Amino acid sequence: MKPIADYSLNGNLTDIQLAPVTRLDLIQYAGASGDFNPIHTIDEEAEKAGLPGIIAHGMWTMGNLSKLFTPYYDEGFIEEYSIRFRDLVRLDDVLTLKATLLKRVQDKLYFEVIAVNQGEKIVVKGQVVFKLYT
Amino acid sequence: MLREYIGKQSEKIKNYVERGAVRKFAEAIKDLHPLYLDKAYGKQSRYRENIAPPTFPITFDYGTIADLRLPDKGLIHGEQTFRYERPLLVNEEVYCWMEVNNYVEKRGNNEKLGFLFLTKHGENASGKLLFSAKQIIILNEAVRREMLA
Repeated sequence: MKPIADYSLNGNLTDIQLAPVTRLDLIQYAGASGDFNPIHTIDEEAEKAGLPGIIAHGMWTMGNLSKLFTPYYDEGFIEEYSIRFRDLVRLDDVLTLKATLLKRVQDKLYFEVIAVNQGEKIVVKGQVVFKLYT
Repeated sequence: MLREYIGKQSEKIKNYVERGAVRKFAEAIKDLHPLYLDKAYGKQSRYRENIAPPTFPITFDYGTIADLRLPDKGLIHGEQTFRYERPLLVNEEVYCWMEVNNYVEKRGNNEKLGFLFLTKHGENASGKLLFSAKQIIILNEAVRREMLA
């Protein structure tokens, strides 16, 4: 694996494609996170809230997206991670996680991170500052 | 009016980065790195311990802000930021609290939306900051009515 410190500007970390979103994924995340808002697990509640069906927790997507950096934890850590939630993630959606190196300032690598769905629509977008150990 | 909550803070709550909770969380986002999960691997790492995934602080109790009742349903999560001094270690105690930084209302497509800006803090026992987490929560008219009822 190429060290994260060796990436050049506009370089992309290896994309990760997630398996289609299942109800069980969201039930499991509800339990692990403590977020039991029923729009994420129960169809009727999602419909009552005006949604087309249950939707993933934004934090489920954000949690998954951070996986792009896990292989590099021997080189540094995520110092800052910010996300804007832009679109709904629904059951059976297939998300692809992507990170692009935008700039480097000394020991800090600034990545743009996005998750896109099967229709190439960006569902979350943000930034990771990965701080290298020196 | 929700603007009156600006500047208000919660009490500090002692939380604990529990090994089992970290495992369940890592499993739920299918991020099964041994640095999160494998005790021996953690011991040999630079931290001498396993660490928690970066979004794990979403599981903590940050206390309550007097009179501010956020409903369980109907909130929309707009933005989320975490900022770390270092990763959180399994088994460490984290003292968590939050404050309301701002509240504004803006006209959306169909109705006026409220934007609540919260900052959450995690500190060690001596009050040194370990991480902070900023959230923007979007409140529609129905949610605001419920909160002010």
